[in-house]
Amino acid sequence: MTDTQYDRAPGDASALPDVEQGASSGVLVYTIGLVLAVGFTALSFWVANTSLLWVGGVSLGLTVLAIAQMGIHLVFFLHVTTGPDNTNNVMALAFGVLIVVLVVVGSLLIMSDLNDGMMPASELMNLQMQH
Amino acid sequence: MNVAVAVDDEVRYEARSNASEAGPAAKRVVVGYGFWVFLLSDIVMFSAIFAAYAVLNHATAGGPSGVQLFNQRSVAIETGCLLASSYTCGLMSLAIGARRYPATYFAALITFVLGAAFLTLEVREFAGMIAAGAGPQRSAFLSAFFTLVGCHGLHVTAGLVWLVVMMAQVAIKGFRETVERRLLCFSLFWHALDIVWVWLFTVVYLMGVLS
Repeated sequence: MTDTQYDRAPGDASALPDVEQGASSGVLVYTIGLVLAVGFTALSFWVANTSLLWVGGVSLGLTVLAIAQMGIHLVFFLHVTTGPDNTNNVMALAFGVLIVVLVVVGSLLIMSDLNDGMMPASELMNLQMQH
Repeated sequence: MNVAVAVDDEVRYEARSNASEAGPAAKRVVVGYGFWVFLLSDIVMFSAIFAAYAVLNHATAGGPSGVQLFNQRSVAIETGCLLASSYTCGLMSLAIGARRYPATYFAALITFVLGAAFLTLEVREFAGMIAAGAGPQRSAFLSAFFTLVGCHGLHVTAGLVWLVVMMAQVAIKGFRETVERRLLCFSLFWHALDIVWVWLFTVVYLMGVLS
């Protein structure tokens, strides 16, 4: 009763008494996570190699599958939840995700825009010929 | 009797609703949170390398592209190794929580072997590529590839060294609080590496072989 906790270390399973778990249910959580992760991994390898799906949608599908796998890892292996004892961990994670998205999407956007702004290769050749 | 319990519950409820009266968090929480923030900053660093790879993906300079270089079977085995080692690392944290020495050593051993198998496959892939004239100096695409995958491989190497050191500490010092906190950080690190690998094999190996 004295060890009421308000925060939880990331990676620790919940310490709140109403969600108290034994070691066996801990194994169960990891096993569910493993089964789901293996399933999604196999699915993404299949999606990348199959000819059944429309080619244009494959990379989007792979992105969705990758995000799903990361979510499974976060929930079942790192025990990130939306519980009140986990707010700090989730806020830090959200900030990290924000920065990652800004860096990756920003770089791709800027570089593709620069590529579009480049002169076509043939014109560039002509320009070099003129000198 | 009932009244006493009810009052007690109410007190607990009130105490929990106001976290500022709880005092400083336990050291395990503070250490874990600090390491969590470090891991997120590490992932931000990875995201910069990912962005570089995504931008340079087609800059092959007339050299070999991903379709010619990547072997999906070995990537699938690598992925399986890392995923299974993440699972056994989770089982190791459970064994640590239950203070069971043999189970901890056994889970750590399997985690180490699977991680080492992952590294061996990756090094062999790198050696094959360099032998075929597709080293990091060949094109911007290959520079970015070796930086990204090699950086992840270096993290795995560091994790393996860390695991050996931690097992030595468990053997010599036992399950002290300091050792337990370090083990918590190690398992966070290992799971985070697996998350980075999910991202990596999807972007590099699976999207890389799409036409």
